[in-house]
Amino acid sequence: MANLKELAARGDKFTGGHRACAGCGATIVARQALLAAGDKPVVATCATGCLEVVSTIFPYTAWDVPFIHSAFENSAATISGVEAAYKSLKRQGTVKEDIRFMAFGGDGGTYDIGLQALSGAMERGHNMLYICYDNQAYMNTGIQRSSATPKGSATTTSPNGKKIPGKVQFRKNLTEIIAAHGIPYVAQSVVGNWSDFTKKVEKALAKGGPAFIAVLQPCRLGWGYPPELTAEMGRLAVDTNFWPLYEVEDGKYKINYTPKERKPITEWLFQQERFRHLKRPENQAILEEIQKDIDLRWENLGKKCSQ
Amino acid sequence: MQKTILAKTGNEAMALAMKQINPDVVAAYPITPATEIVQIFSQYVADGEVKTEFVAVESEHSAMSACIGSCAAGARTMTGTSSQGLALMYEMIYIAAGLRLPIVMADVNRALAAPINIHCDHSDTMGCRDAGWIHIFSENAQEAYDSMIQAMRIAEHRDVRLPVMVTTDGFIISHGMERIDTLPDAEVQSFIGKYDPMMHLLDIKKPYTVGAINLTDYYFEHRRAMVDAQNNALKVIKEVGAEFGKKFDTNYGLIEKYQLDDAELAIVALGSTCGTAKVVIDKLRKQGVKAGLLKIRVFRPFPAEEIARALENIQTVAVLDRSDSIGGFGGPVFTEVRSALYGSAKKPRIAGVIYGLGGREIDMEQIEGLFMDLKAGQVKADSVSYLGVRD
Repeated sequence: MANLKELAARGDKFTGGHRACAGCGATIVARQALLAAGDKPVVATCATGCLEVVSTIFPYTAWDVPFIHSAFENSAATISGVEAAYKSLKRQGTVKEDIRFMAFGGDGGTYDIGLQALSGAMERGHNMLYICYDNQAYMNTGIQRSSATPKGSATTTSPNGKKIPGKVQFRKNLTEIIAAHGIPYVAQSVVGNWSDFTKKVEKALAKGGPAFIAVLQPCRLGWGYPPELTAEMGRLAVDTNFWPLYEVEDGKYKINYTPKERKPITEWLFQQERFRHLKRPENQAILEEIQKDIDLRWENLGKKCSQ
Repeated sequence: MQKTILAKTGNEAMALAMKQINPDVVAAYPITPATEIVQIFSQYVADGEVKTEFVAVESEHSAMSACIGSCAAGARTMTGTSSQGLALMYEMIYIAAGLRLPIVMADVNRALAAPINIHCDHSDTMGCRDAGWIHIFSENAQEAYDSMIQAMRIAEHRDVRLPVMVTTDGFIISHGMERIDTLPDAEVQSFIGKYDPMMHLLDIKKPYTVGAINLTDYYFEHRRAMVDAQNNALKVIKEVGAEFGKKFDTNYGLIEKYQLDDAELAIVALGSTCGTAKVVIDKLRKQGVKAGLLKIRVFRPFPAEEIARALENIQTVAVLDRSDSIGGFGGPVFTEVRSALYGSAKKPRIAGVIYGLGGREIDMEQIEGLFMDLKAGQVKADSVSYLGVRD
């Protein structure tokens, strides 16, 4: 794996000057993913959403690689087409280079509206890496709940009200859904652990075939924390076991990092505005449910690793 | 040049045209009555008769999305669909045109639900007539075959760079067996030439961004450029059609006039109905009735001037629409033809007739009856009526 010094020496393929918020995690994901690709040529696509909107305001672009955006629910299908064109033209000898394909989508564009297109692309076996920057809500449209939004979280469509205290349901486990496709490489990573993410992108690109990485991406605006804490919020999600770092390589599960001592979930929740109402005594039961769910998911993941 | 006469359905003819075009990528999804096109094409792929990378996507939305990715990557790209499939693509239909991607699509015209129906009308493609695509209708399987080949040239022309849909009437053409003249593969290849995109995503030394967000400062100009491209297409379609005629003996234009120059009564129609109308007109002419037909082959770009010139000296015109603009004033063909005539010094009496929705049969007697009504002055000018529906 490339070390920090080597990464720092590589030129950015996702450049500065874009319009993201201070402390934005999504742009960190794009920049680090392209850095990890190194000198391998990459064609990228992105679903409609924060990353696309902040990075491609015509006539400017932050992408120093060939890039296409077409719509919201279809970045997996769009890159399928690009990859199919590559296969065809490479076979015919008109394209010579060895090119990699990367698709980015937020949780809304991946867990929800883009799930079908993603599933289709994974099943068809395109040589592509799909990276979901999971900030746990529709941030670009103003913080609406998605199926990635955790239980208890207040969003603008699952607000904390007099009767309902934020999102009622637990989040969908997309990583496991994609793992069920039996593709060569599936992983979870996080903003705030550059070495884990870089390693996983390198591995995914080296494996060939379809690969998927879900990256938990703190969003200071949607989560409600000071912008300088983005990396910290990511790491804390890992240290509470809320977001385990693991990978499924050719069907084999591996946890990449186990916290020395699992921190209580409240340490993560209570630093974020979206969970503030859970501090109230009447919501104590929700906190307990959340903690129980995290511990159960971790236990189940452990079982999969020992199988 | 030796043509081969074959018995082909419309779907088979379109699939054969696709095989001879030999696109780099096809991404498609099955839907009645267009399924056969991609089914037959898949066999060509499986048998190694084409160089195409075939992407069997999981929906029509993904079909057009993959076509967009592929075409932006510099590959000659085709697909086929119908009705609900086209409706599901709708979002991407606009994007394909807006990104100026020369994708060629076969669409078998079929009614839109609800009620669900699998038979012909034009409501599917009429629903995306404002999307920026070029729309070419076919009277029969021969025209479908010929137009598919021409479509590739039109779409990729540097002054156009817009996607093209070539349509056939569901079941009537798609499943009707006809005699068609087919061209040798090499002739098709030499006619369409090599695709040479101005920029593409696989040109990694020249990275560029496709599909950037345009705000109030650029969006309008980019949309306006599409209008210019459509206007250019009026000329390009005629040039390509004339070149096709020079090489292969059948000329194609934007419209076709049948017994129209001295006609007193005329109907305007699209697609297979034109064939039926021609037979009726032949019969009426023998009876001394000055009947004629204006067939619109190309609905987008809309050849307004040619249509106005062709119709302005006729006394009475009925415009046949095989789709309705429910709640509007007549079907799309009627409103546009009538609008095209507004500036003419002489204007015909003109009426709209909606017919054939959901595959409702249109036969020779009905068309003859329509001409008789026009002759007797029984069709009220500037009105819209319904033919062949139970009240």
